[in-house]
Amino acid sequence: MCLGIPGRVIERRDDAGLAVGTVDFGGVRREVCLAYVADEVAVGDYVVVHVGFAISKVDEEEAKRTFEVLREMSQLDELEWMADIADAAEGVSP
Amino acid sequence: MTTITARRTPTIQGIACPTPVSNHTHVQLGHGSGGKMSAELLRERFLPRFASPFLAELGDGARVPVSGSEVVVSTDTFVVSPIEFPGGNIGHLAVHGTVNDLAMMGATPKYLSAGFVLEEGLELAVLDRVLDAMAAAAEACGVEIVTGDTKVVDRGRADGLYVNTTGIGFLHDGFRPSPTRARTGDSVLVSGPLGRHGMAIMAVREGLAFDSEIVSDTASLAPVVASLRDRLGADVHCLRDATRGGLASALNEIARASKVGVVLSRPAPVPGPVEAACEMLGLDPLYVANEGVLVAFVASEREEEALDAMRSQGVGAEGVKIGSVVGEHPGMVVQRTGLGGSRVVDMLPGDQLPRIC
Amino acid sequence: MKYLTEYRDPELARTLVDRINRTATKRWTLMEVCGGQTHTIVKQGINEVLSEAVEMIHGPGCPVCVTPLEQIDRALHLAANPDVIFTSFGDMLRVPGSECDLLQIRARGGNVRVVYSPLDAVKLAQKHPDKEVVFFAVGFETTAPANAMAVWRARELGIENFSVLVSHVTVPPAMVALLEDPSNRVQAFLAAGHVCTIMGWKEYEPLVERYEVPIIVTGFEPLDILEGIWMAVRQLEDGRHEVENQYVRAVRREGNRPAQDLVSTVFQPVDRGWRGIGTIPASGLGLRPEFAAYDAEKKFGLEDIHAEESPDCRAGEVLKGQLKPHQCPSFGTRCTPETPLGAPMVSSEGACAAYYNFGRLRAGAGA
Repeated sequence: MCLGIPGRVIERRDDAGLAVGTVDFGGVRREVCLAYVADEVAVGDYVVVHVGFAISKVDEEEAKRTFEVLREMSQLDELEWMADIADAAEGVSP
Repeated sequence: MTTITARRTPTIQGIACPTPVSNHTHVQLGHGSGGKMSAELLRERFLPRFASPFLAELGDGARVPVSGSEVVVSTDTFVVSPIEFPGGNIGHLAVHGTVNDLAMMGATPKYLSAGFVLEEGLELAVLDRVLDAMAAAAEACGVEIVTGDTKVVDRGRADGLYVNTTGIGFLHDGFRPSPTRARTGDSVLVSGPLGRHGMAIMAVREGLAFDSEIVSDTASLAPVVASLRDRLGADVHCLRDATRGGLASALNEIARASKVGVVLSRPAPVPGPVEAACEMLGLDPLYVANEGVLVAFVASEREEEALDAMRSQGVGAEGVKIGSVVGEHPGMVVQRTGLGGSRVVDMLPGDQLPRIC
Repeated sequence: MKYLTEYRDPELARTLVDRINRTATKRWTLMEVCGGQTHTIVKQGINEVLSEAVEMIHGPGCPVCVTPLEQIDRALHLAANPDVIFTSFGDMLRVPGSECDLLQIRARGGNVRVVYSPLDAVKLAQKHPDKEVVFFAVGFETTAPANAMAVWRARELGIENFSVLVSHVTVPPAMVALLEDPSNRVQAFLAAGHVCTIMGWKEYEPLVERYEVPIIVTGFEPLDILEGIWMAVRQLEDGRHEVENQYVRAVRREGNRPAQDLVSTVFQPVDRGWRGIGTIPASGLGLRPEFAAYDAEKKFGLEDIHAEESPDCRAGEVLKGQLKPHQCPSFGTRCTPETPLGAPMVSSEGACAAYYNFGRLRAGAGA
């Protein structure tokens, strides 16, 4: 239960006691209920939206970290691969 | 309270009957979606009754002999709701739609008829805007609306306005694109970015509405076709406009008609806001309707020229190659994923539905 | 789209695939719980490129697939009522009930409408005071807060022509039922990331202890799924069984407290039938008595509807991973995406529909 996509809060307001806002998803904007993230989200923050409700704030630090880890892994693999090639060229088994 | 009378498939213990069963007793919206249900309706109800070899080819139009030469006839009915949407109105669709169908058959569109069903209570100002759109589009496309008809029905029917246009176009020697002519090795090209029309409509549908800059791509594809014809001639094997059912349906129709496989090796072009709207609603852009995009199957050695020819016209400026025709899995369209895996791009049974899961 | 498309990077994906294939010394059996995760796996061909290292069993994490037959029949009843505007998420429209589905009811004159958000259904009720608006409140814990808010708002605004047909299910009881089943082959779980966004992962801590299975809270994009699989395989190779969080950008251990609070205010745990699996105690959510006025089952007197599953639909065994879709005798013949016998054939992330397409490719490749 699943389809939640990230978007940026570009506006916040109160609709008869309910915290709502406008969220921008890469060029598409929709009204989203912010009641469940009201205390932690400000204009400019990213939220995960499911059926018109923000269910969580995107932790941008963690998001970046996940990506760095993966990228490092990819570079490490490349270094390993290059090392293997070099070893093979010198007649050393990897 | 409506009585539910349909029967489900009867239960059978043991051996199962191998024939898939269709148990519809009433028309459903899915029958108009351009997917499998539409194909089934045609195959099971229309074709057997209208026995005609021209009809049986199921091209975008029919190529028929007239006094020793051949013309193309095509018809299309437009029922879009709302009548006016970002980027145009039903009038634009009515002209461009039939012009494009004629062009997909290789014909230069020349004459249109226009039949209208108007709902009692439709604002005349709306009708004026639709007619203005049709007049402008017809002029831009170089076609003449030469005959027509108008009926009015009671309030509550016809969603405001329905239009049918039927067109006649003239063929050129040596240019006979057909859904049956795709060959192994052909390059599959698309003339522009996908999903604009369908998502422009979605954006104004009650219950799903959202704000965006997405506008319908309704346009005549005749200039692209003429350019392809001039540069490649018979090396253009198939042309199809990717309307209802999206690019996926057009590709599947050709794959089946030509009994070849299609492999999509490059990502299909989708504009950012269309992608975002599709992500939000859980839709796949491959199945979203277009009104100004065509897919072309051309001889692979002419691929560069074909792209050049496409891009020389405004409506084809973003034309790209998206895949090729293969001998494997005939009748099936397969997409290569970034991981090197594959995914079948099947025809949908009916309309694509927004999802939450 | 930021925080979405970066997690589809093919090069990084291949790195992870490589890692997984190199880390696994044997073939492990994993289950991804959520339908959205199944969708990504099938769409990206992930099970294809990892076939040596893991077998992915598609779990019951699709509300479409597990909504009990009686609830569909109740929905059909309501949709056929001329005074009702029946609103639903799009997923439910093609799910077969005992006689037909919501789309066919619409064909016969029923007022059936797709909405994006439950609050859109509440707005419809305000717009059409002469009609009864019913919303099909389906889903897991991810959607419960939204559905709860719809009921809460309707009451706050004094809207009386609105009610919900509830068919909520909760994930941990289902996982327990799977783990308790003697024929269970699942060795590790990818938990549903957005369910955990709401609920956190505290509920899984006793499960990893008792059943000694790794549970990885996982997102939905290709890199998320692959990283989740990698984390699971690493634990399995190490002989560990812990809860780990892959979906760090959206999930915290305590989850979303305000959402949990409103859900417990509006809903209470109830026994719930899972289509094809049977009744799992306390695995569902029902409206609390204070909100009975918003309960469509009570409002329209539908409590007494009972339904029998088609004996030919083996959805339950498929959902538990005991039967592969193509092993079902009706698969691809009487049961196809156009003529589904059961829910896993209906949506593209249902296991049967996924196999239908994938399997056709395998068969066609030999032609």
